[in-house]
Amino acid sequence: MDVRADPTRQLVRLRGRSYVAFVFSPVVPIVDWLAEIDATLARSPGYFVGKPIVLDLAAVDLSAPAIAHLLGSLEERSIRVLGIEGVDEERLTTSMPPLLTGGRACVITRNEPAQKPEPEAKAKPTSLLLENPVRSGQSVVFTEGDVTVLGSVGSGAEIVAGGSIHIYGTLRGRAMAGVNGNSSARIYCQKIEAELLAIDGYYQTAEEIDPSLRNRPAQAWLHGDTMKITPLN
Amino acid sequence: MAKVLVVTSGKGGVGKTTSTAALGAALAQTGESVVVVDFDVGLRNLDLVMGAERRVVFDLINVVQGVAKLPQALIRDKRLENLWLLPASQTRDKDALTDEGVGRIIEELKTKFDWILCDSPAGIERGATLAMRYADEAVIVTNPEVSSVRDSDRIIGMLDSKTVKAEKGERVTKHVLITRYDAGRAARGEMLSIDDILEILATPLLGIIPESQDVLRASNVGSPVTLNNASCAPARAYMDAARRLMGQEIAMVVPAERKGLMNRLLGRRAA
Repeated sequence: MDVRADPTRQLVRLRGRSYVAFVFSPVVPIVDWLAEIDATLARSPGYFVGKPIVLDLAAVDLSAPAIAHLLGSLEERSIRVLGIEGVDEERLTTSMPPLLTGGRACVITRNEPAQKPEPEAKAKPTSLLLENPVRSGQSVVFTEGDVTVLGSVGSGAEIVAGGSIHIYGTLRGRAMAGVNGNSSARIYCQKIEAELLAIDGYYQTAEEIDPSLRNRPAQAWLHGDTMKITPLN
Repeated sequence: MAKVLVVTSGKGGVGKTTSTAALGAALAQTGESVVVVDFDVGLRNLDLVMGAERRVVFDLINVVQGVAKLPQALIRDKRLENLWLLPASQTRDKDALTDEGVGRIIEELKTKFDWILCDSPAGIERGATLAMRYADEAVIVTNPEVSSVRDSDRIIGMLDSKTVKAEKGERVTKHVLITRYDAGRAARGEMLSIDDILEILATPLLGIIPESQDVLRASNVGSPVTLNNASCAPARAYMDAARRLMGQEIAMVVPAERKGLMNRLLGRRAA
């Protein structure tokens, strides 16, 4: 919507400024159309607050009292109309918003809270690679997916992963996989001397791990609600 | 180019102070100019091991707080003129150390010495973190037992994350020094083996110091073991470690049990 005026005198300086307006195009029956508006407002209250609104009546044939009634209904929903399009000028009274022409269509960028997760979803990595040993006292927490460690995980260190855990050295510390409720997550290690293994909340301590598995390549997984630990080769 | 080396371990009583004194003296014996700095504020020991306890006037904290100038606090060794000591304060605690103060002192020491050896206190708190803060290299002193090795692992993790070098994306050069190694007990499987320790710590070995009465004897007379009796086994092991720090290639000797061939033969037959 453009408003332009040439300065008539030196004293008054008029400037042009354009805003993007929402265009409402009511259809019959008006009651159903108003119900749609109500649904939008229920999802995001205050969505139309402070936004310029233009009413396009080209799709409907309304009399002056009907237009007045429609404007009143919108006013009840705190929607104030800036101008009206697509109607004969004689149907509008002086108390109504002015008739507008020459509007150009454009894309409205919506910023509802419900739309937010969309741009976030693309760039997050789903695995974490650690090239150095994880030392005693260090805690690696990666809830977005798998964790791979090329070195060893020291006694007193811990790895927490949303997905599976792969350790290409010795696991001497704690490994907790599938912390977000992923019961199909597994723990793999080149040598098992773990202090504690956990998958999706089910855990085993060093004492419960079969001593014959110690110092061998092994994997741990969940079978129902029991944890299985088996050699890898 | 001056090198800042921290001698650290995490666990107490493994031989940090003894090793700092012995390595410092060994480096000085090869002609390098060396200062050993005691960071164990409140529980200072390095002055005793160096035999300088009766000559302490000013200390590290005085210099950090600007009460004394660095040359006033430095104590020259009576046996080696290129070996110096910067003692810790016994009346204060580690909170008296500040990051900027320590950084300033290390910078000043770098202009005067080839080697700055920082004797770290035990633990992972302020004293230990400030002792390693400005280090270029680290000697991690470890005894062949699980608790000491695990604490060393923790300290290595901190060297890789809490030092100025680590924060700049560089690496502190790390060495493991195994002390109090008893060949007899190792042979009987009563101690962690050298291989186990190195496998767990994944860090290069600087040397193996055998358990010996010579170390205790030297500490009691206030002398680094390499100065007190240069020909004893631990002194030779420290000497080799110091040469390795200087970049020389020296073959690693694993201390062997004294009893020798006869004993091993008999042992085998009995089994």
